[in-house]
Amino acid sequence: MAASALPRSSVATDSLPAPTVARRPVIAVIGNPNTGKTTLFNALTGLTQHTGNYSGVTVESALGELSIDGTRFLAVDLPGTYSLAPRAPDEMIAVSVLLGYGRGVTAPDVILYVLDASNLDRNLYLLTQVLEVGRPMVVALTMADVAQQLGLAIDTKELSTRLGVPVIPVQATRRVGLSDLQHALGEAARSGASPIAPVRLPDALSDEVTHLSGSLSSANNTATPIPRFLIERLLLDTGGSVENELSRHYGDSVRTLALAARNRLASVGIHVPQIEIDTRYHWIAEVTLASVRQPLTTQHTWTERIDAIVTHKIWGLLVFLLAMAVTFQSIFSWAAPLMETIDAIFSTLGERVGSLLTDGPLRSLVVDGIIGGVGAVVIFVPQIAILFGLIGILEDSGYMARAAFLMDRVMASFGLSGRSFIPLLSSFACAVPGIMSTRSIDNHHDRIATILIAPLMSCSARLPVYVLFISAFIPAQTVWGIIGLQGLTLFAMYMVGLIVAPPIAFLLKRTLLRGESMPFLLELPPFKIPAWRVVLFRMYDRSWAFLRRAGTIILATTILVWALSYYPTQPHLTTEFDIKRATATAEERARLDIAEAGARLRGSYLGQAGRAIEPVVQPLGWDWKIGIATLASFPAREVIIAALGTIYNLGNKEDEGSIALRETMQAERWPDGRPVYTPIVALSVMVFFALCCQCGATLATIKRETGSWGYALFTFTYMTGLAYVGALLVYQIGSRL
Amino acid sequence: MKTLADLLPAQEGQISSITGIDSIAQRLSEMGFTPGQAVRVVRFAPLGDPIQIRLRGFSIALRRNEARRILLTPA
Repeated sequence: MAASALPRSSVATDSLPAPTVARRPVIAVIGNPNTGKTTLFNALTGLTQHTGNYSGVTVESALGELSIDGTRFLAVDLPGTYSLAPRAPDEMIAVSVLLGYGRGVTAPDVILYVLDASNLDRNLYLLTQVLEVGRPMVVALTMADVAQQLGLAIDTKELSTRLGVPVIPVQATRRVGLSDLQHALGEAARSGASPIAPVRLPDALSDEVTHLSGSLSSANNTATPIPRFLIERLLLDTGGSVENELSRHYGDSVRTLALAARNRLASVGIHVPQIEIDTRYHWIAEVTLASVRQPLTTQHTWTERIDAIVTHKIWGLLVFLLAMAVTFQSIFSWAAPLMETIDAIFSTLGERVGSLLTDGPLRSLVVDGIIGGVGAVVIFVPQIAILFGLIGILEDSGYMARAAFLMDRVMASFGLSGRSFIPLLSSFACAVPGIMSTRSIDNHHDRIATILIAPLMSCSARLPVYVLFISAFIPAQTVWGIIGLQGLTLFAMYMVGLIVAPPIAFLLKRTLLRGESMPFLLELPPFKIPAWRVVLFRMYDRSWAFLRRAGTIILATTILVWALSYYPTQPHLTTEFDIKRATATAEERARLDIAEAGARLRGSYLGQAGRAIEPVVQPLGWDWKIGIATLASFPAREVIIAALGTIYNLGNKEDEGSIALRETMQAERWPDGRPVYTPIVALSVMVFFALCCQCGATLATIKRETGSWGYALFTFTYMTGLAYVGALLVYQIGSRL
Repeated sequence: MKTLADLLPAQEGQISSITGIDSIAQRLSEMGFTPGQAVRVVRFAPLGDPIQIRLRGFSIALRRNEARRILLTPA
């Protein structure tokens, strides 16, 4: 069903490029992963760095500013990639940005290529492709220290001559070579001279590209010619992103033409795609032979010694468990005091502001809607900051790749890869940082599948719900003499999501997210000491991005639910309770206030909706009060406790430890005198909350990370469906036992 | 035919070709698995898969499924 809602492309390619207006010149930064690209970007742009949308592109990237000889440049950090043969949306975006292809996408004035000196062969592969984009380019040579340790001596001058572009050695963390690099970038941008592509593909292939280009422009009399670079990719990448993108716009004839061209080439012994790769690596071998002095023997490096431990059958698993325990513990417990402080600050703020305003819709909107809503957003920040600090350290040190190496076999059994492990583990504390951390998954379909199942992991917001229902309705007995039934139930609730998630991932990968399978290629980079600037920036950037973007959406849903529970105003209740209050004592008055709040909620639009859905929730063993409490907890699961408190006339300052709320719920009866809450009903509610996606923050984050409401809506729908069926089965089977 | 998946840790081989012309073959070649290239298996992951390979001065992990497509020249 959701297939049509899923985005097919992230770059708008429908119409002409926007007319050029006076704008800041652009530097695009590109290179392989693990080349020190982020560290260099950070050193160049400093505090101006932020995440945002590069013009015409819907997926966020790192942006920053950089001043060279009085000119302010906009720098965009493209995702690390190994090749410009795009196979996934993110890779297509990098190509589109470099070419300035697509509506509103401006081509960079200069490209900064980050070249890892310790890994020249493979790093030069992408470089030869980037040279063919036809933009001025400067190469920053990083990791010179690692290369030196390996005994490699690089002749920078010779390398620069061969490549036809400046090569500047840099050490970003020590700020060595940065001013030379900036100067070279400024020069290249001013001259505007495009490098001459040094690698020559066979003439027969170039002729086919020209021919294909001619056929396409005559077949589709479009005003904007398709860049030659893309026509070449169309020919070289069978079933790649360019072929898909072009055939979407110009029809299936594109595929037929490309196939015919490939067949003609094959008949003269030129085979796609090998021909491109062989030609490039052949050229690279010549260049490295002339510019690099290789050591005679390979040295036993630090990385190999550390690897022998951290990927060891026993020690490796121990180190891994320790790293995961620390990560999990930090987001689960270390964040707690900070979260409590934030909660306390917002409660106090609400009370202070509330006492300044007169009773009425304004006070309710400001205190319950806005302050309550903002508080509900800010409370996630400690978890996000701590998790991203740890992930930053694990990733920048090189350990993350080893963790993925260890876990890959397990994750592969349900169609994912080792890279999905950390995001899923983090989701046990909170799905929001978990989903945000899926950015490190390079396979697009794996990433989406991980995002869609991450909210099934039992997050810390479910814990209060479990605690309330378990302590109130699950008998404190032991089974088989040793295991506490309450603890066992809590454990079972954590297992529900864990058991359901793998088959869902498997199904998604077989249906909605089916597609060309991508090989699992995981580079294990050399270990290094993490750059603290990169780590700190990530903590700040992820927290701020969450506050700014998800915050607005969460605030809006909170205000919506507030409005639905506040209106209609029901003036008759005011009159009725005012009469009662006139003759009441102070103590009775407090009780009357609470009773009035309860009566208002029952009569509100939300209350009316709760009654309307009663037939739907009855098969779950629920009454309409549980129904509205569930509806009211749409923005966040734990809201159900405050909502139950309001419904049962206890005021809305209840928490899960509240004895009053527990007792009221235990005393709750159906009209025929049966208790509403039995252990089976409690289980049914808990299973519902274990499986549902009642979390505005999660949905907003899914939208933000996937760039589409489609996935957020899909997640909410499938999880609510799953939750309903789960609760139904628990009640229907449980009540018959 | 001997493939990269048949090597044991610390064993070396030389690539003769890669089977198939799909995107997996393309990706493997782009990463430097090209004919004539020397490769060494460093270790297996604790559960036997994936495999850590060393080539062209860097380390990379692949699954056996993909490693089987990398054919080696008979020693």
